[in-house]
Amino acid sequence: MSTSTATVIRCENLHRHLGRDEGRVHVLRGVSFEAERGKVCAIVGPSGCGKSTLLYQLGLLDQPDDGRIWIDGELMSNTSDELRTAARSRHIGFVFQFHFLMLEFTALENVMMPMRKLGRLTPEAMETRGRQLLESVGLGAKSHRLGTQLSGGEQQRVAVARALANEPSLILADEPTGNLDAANSALVFDLLASLARENNQAVVLVTHNPEIAQRCDRVRAMKDGVFV
Amino acid sequence: MMSPNLRIALRFLTARKRSMAMSLMGIVFGVGFFIVTQAQTSGFEQFFIKTILGTNGAIRIQDRFQPTLFTMQSEGAGGRGGMAIETEPNRKYVEGVEDPARVGEAVRKFANVSGVSIVVQGMVTLVTNVKSEDARVYGINLDDHLAVSDLGSQIIRGSLSDFRETPNGSLVGSVLALRQNLRVGDSYMLHSGGQSRRYRVSAIYETGVSDIDRVRIYLHLSEARSLLQKPIGASFLQVNVFDRDRAPEDATRMEAVIGHSAAPWQRREKTWLAVFSALRFSSAITVSTIILISGLGMFNTLAMLVIEKTKDIAILRSMGYTRNDIARIFLWQGVLVLIGGIVLGWLFGALATYGVSKIPIRIRGIFTTDSFVVAWSWEHYVVAALTASVVVLAASWIPARRAARLEPGDVVRGTAQ
Repeated sequence: MSTSTATVIRCENLHRHLGRDEGRVHVLRGVSFEAERGKVCAIVGPSGCGKSTLLYQLGLLDQPDDGRIWIDGELMSNTSDELRTAARSRHIGFVFQFHFLMLEFTALENVMMPMRKLGRLTPEAMETRGRQLLESVGLGAKSHRLGTQLSGGEQQRVAVARALANEPSLILADEPTGNLDAANSALVFDLLASLARENNQAVVLVTHNPEIAQRCDRVRAMKDGVFV
Repeated sequence: MMSPNLRIALRFLTARKRSMAMSLMGIVFGVGFFIVTQAQTSGFEQFFIKTILGTNGAIRIQDRFQPTLFTMQSEGAGGRGGMAIETEPNRKYVEGVEDPARVGEAVRKFANVSGVSIVVQGMVTLVTNVKSEDARVYGINLDDHLAVSDLGSQIIRGSLSDFRETPNGSLVGSVLALRQNLRVGDSYMLHSGGQSRRYRVSAIYETGVSDIDRVRIYLHLSEARSLLQKPIGASFLQVNVFDRDRAPEDATRMEAVIGHSAAPWQRREKTWLAVFSALRFSSAITVSTIILISGLGMFNTLAMLVIEKTKDIAILRSMGYTRNDIARIFLWQGVLVLIGGIVLGWLFGALATYGVSKIPIRIRGIFTTDSFVVAWSWEHYVVAALTASVVVLAASWIPARRAARLEPGDVVRGTAQ
């Protein structure tokens, strides 16, 4: 398997079924894909075509029924839960549609959460980096606000900062602007794209928003579980 | 540095203050009531044991026994096919101790024995100006008997020195003295075997055991021998020991060495001891239900929290938190409530025990007390903590395991079960 050094993630012939018995659906039908450092790739397609399922496969949140996934050249599909969890901690940052901030924690604590798990930095360094990330998404003044005290757009910007916390090589975003108005959508996308390019990280995002998709480096369209 | 799991657990915990406080209070009351009920039942049991040791001693040596093992044999026809039946080992008892000095000497050689008192006892008729009634005379050597009983501290009127210096002096039980209107210095008649003798009340004692206080009269050993016409031997030897818990083993060895029955206090009082044991056990079970209910509350709170926090669990898993981390976050919450509950429960239990010990209550019959008797034992605190730990950890483990099993992909997709 030859993989370019710029390739962060690569998958081959992924298959995934969801549901049981008569409700069982073949969601991914042999999908192959790769993402490169410093590039933003959009996956588009109608609802139910398998975009999010592919994203969770790439993020090692789910196991494929068949096919293989490499992250930074390391085969990660069908490995143990511990290995996949460790790989998520080191290599992957997630941004979800519904923010998923932990509301009992402040913005700063949310951003520091992945760093505390990875334990690569000292507590002081974690706090400094957390503040820098919040500054970079324009929320330096609101770092001590609880999640409940932030607007939807602000919460999503905190989620972007949190996804970047461990300097992952890959950022996966599942409709990161799907729950935001046009102004906030543009702001969040610009942040995500600029920070990723600046840090030479690959971004794979699933979106229904054609304006967002047009601004990506690459657009892949899906239909019925395959790229078209 | 605080672990990330503990940090998250603390925040989740404080976010559900009311339900967690209810679980905490349940554990506090459960642990506290467990301690106070155990302190009471153990206290009364210990007091009862102290009373019986102070009146009838740790071991009583009385009847001599002889083994009566024998074999029945029959011969078959023609001298063949014979059979033999060996009976179970059995004993024939001969009342009393024939040679108390020699037996006492042998018993004193046991390392655990602290004192031996020779006692001659018999039934007599007590006659006063009030009425006649049956009484039981105990003939003793005062100093020997003081070494095997609490008689010295049971005197409520009069003095032991008067008894020691007066050959016809006597120690009369408080209930008997009251019924016969006897006071210190009064005299009365004892009839036995056709002879009558006059005695003086040197002191009145109270053991608190009504069966003793209403019939027992202590006389000097020589006086009792004359009155009861038992010039030699003894009815029994009362033995005291340093370690009361070893009394059964010592008694068994004594029986083997001296050939007399030896009854340790545990065997003599086994009915009452069984009652106390049953009371202690049943009160422990009853009070444990409070802990159990608080455990169910804890289970309910954590189970609800897992449902409420499925998205948080998914996001933590996506950040690299392992299944064990997730389980620990929920177990930590149980542990934190448990630790708080145990510490506060210990405090509540200790204060309640102290308060109960000050409640006045008049008990006469099997012992005498004018307030609740409590026993302070670290074991009650440990058992209460262990009971609470088992219940709360079991109640926390099930939701924690459920949380750890959640698949992040299913949660994010919205298909988590």
